[in-house]
Amino acid sequence: MRQLIFEVNNIRPIADKVFELILLGDTSDIIRPGQFVNIRVDGKYLRRPISVCDWDEDSLTLIFKVFGEGTEIMSRLQKGDKIDILSGLGNGFTVTDSKKALLVGGGVGVPPLYALAKKLIEQGVKPVVILGFASSKDVFYKNEFESLGLKTYVATVDGSEGTKGFVTDSIKENNLQCDYFYACGPMPMLKALCLELECPGQLSLEERMGCGFGACMGCSIITAKGSKRVCHDGPVFYKEDLLWT
Amino acid sequence: MDVNMKVNLSGVVLDNPIIPASGTFGFGEEFKDLYDLNILGSISFKGTTREPRFGNPTPRIAECPSGLLNSVGLQNPGIDAVINEEIPKLCKYFHKPLIANISGFSIDDYAYACEKIDKVEQVGIIEVNVSCPNVKHGGMSFGTNPESAAEVTKAVKAVTTKPVYIKLSPNVTDIASIAKACEEAGADGFTLINTLLGMRIDIKTRKPVLANAMGGLSGPAVFPVALRMVYQVYKAVSVPIIGMGGISSAADVIEMMMAGASAVQIGSANLVDPFICKTIIEELPKKMRELGIKSLSELKPTF
Repeated sequence: MRQLIFEVNNIRPIADKVFELILLGDTSDIIRPGQFVNIRVDGKYLRRPISVCDWDEDSLTLIFKVFGEGTEIMSRLQKGDKIDILSGLGNGFTVTDSKKALLVGGGVGVPPLYALAKKLIEQGVKPVVILGFASSKDVFYKNEFESLGLKTYVATVDGSEGTKGFVTDSIKENNLQCDYFYACGPMPMLKALCLELECPGQLSLEERMGCGFGACMGCSIITAKGSKRVCHDGPVFYKEDLLWT
Repeated sequence: MDVNMKVNLSGVVLDNPIIPASGTFGFGEEFKDLYDLNILGSISFKGTTREPRFGNPTPRIAECPSGLLNSVGLQNPGIDAVINEEIPKLCKYFHKPLIANISGFSIDDYAYACEKIDKVEQVGIIEVNVSCPNVKHGGMSFGTNPESAAEVTKAVKAVTTKPVYIKLSPNVTDIASIAKACEEAGADGFTLINTLLGMRIDIKTRKPVLANAMGGLSGPAVFPVALRMVYQVYKAVSVPIIGMGGISSAADVIEMMMAGASAVQIGSANLVDPFICKTIIEELPKKMRELGIKSLSELKPTF
């Protein structure tokens, strides 16, 4: 982990209240897809943890949705603005060699799967992608996944695009088979995937955080291997370690 | 001008008054790669109880203007794991006396854990937390009236040899009377303030942000309250005080010591700026020179 200053290179809306933010700076602390950064926001005390969507040597792509005051302030960032971030947080996904992999994202859980998809492709794996959103106005990055040459399905709760219902409905409707899955999204989605998919997988969890680097114990969960901090021991956990009650 | 940052807490001499506060620094593991921990005056490690605890359900963090609420609820691996695993690990990187923060749910719990921690060589001061607002039956209930706070103090003092500092709650009407009762019961010093009980509601869901509904407020928002209480306790007792509550700069440290603190703890600031203790230690000599302060140990209220 390092504390670094990044510069805003571009910010643009990509769906309803959803923004893509491209930052320039030293990305060497980010080593795996699924890691996150913790952003200092002017006028707010706590930093805002945002998962890394994609990165190269000197640029970082983040996607966030405006949920409250902090993300609202972030949405007003402009090209050239400098921001203070803690970079290289969390464990990230471990790429496995399973050939029939599913990537399943829900809402703002979609972004970290993009860098993961690129890593899997580098390893010779072509995952099938399922993206879940509330409605067609919320859909983003379908084209970006398709541009990687990946078959990409969309599910919307209101049925305005793709399968009507949840990602699990899309998996059933399209009879998608897998020997491994990687997922990020709301807890009910992750739980449904764990219960409905028989194969092993890795899931990235969301929890309200204090520090983002393991110091405050604010985001602890109980797993099969004892208590774990989502920010530091996660956010990615193996399916078999998660306890659903 | 040469400046002297050394301070003395009941015979335990610290190179400087900067101590990361319990619950914001774990057992140092997350900070050891960021800077050399030995620059710190001491470390108050994560609040430890007789048995291991997971703490409260999540969410247990909520944003506030200039601060945060937490309802972690004393998550810790228990006194035996702390003594056998955490302290030996920490002492590989940190070679100064530690402050051992101990909590309990009964007088017997406090005495049991303090007696054990007293035997750990690296522990310099035992900090008895009678002020955690996030646990039922115990914690803060011991620290909110003079009799029970004195009873805990007496029980701990009977089984320990090291200096015992009582960590006081601000959620009381008269903090000075509680401090006085503890001093009479043998307290060697005080740490204050713990967090102020607070609450936030999510106006979209109409429910509290914290799963536990209420939590402890910390951060710069509480600094003036902490300063006032340190001053009140300073006026009431003659033992050293470790002041804490929202300190985020060298200027805050000096202000807190001018209110009567002999040393300070840095809490929430570590969570938003993990390098804050290092920055403050580097800034302190400059600030002292600017203000003409030769020795920090000379600072005390002049009013």
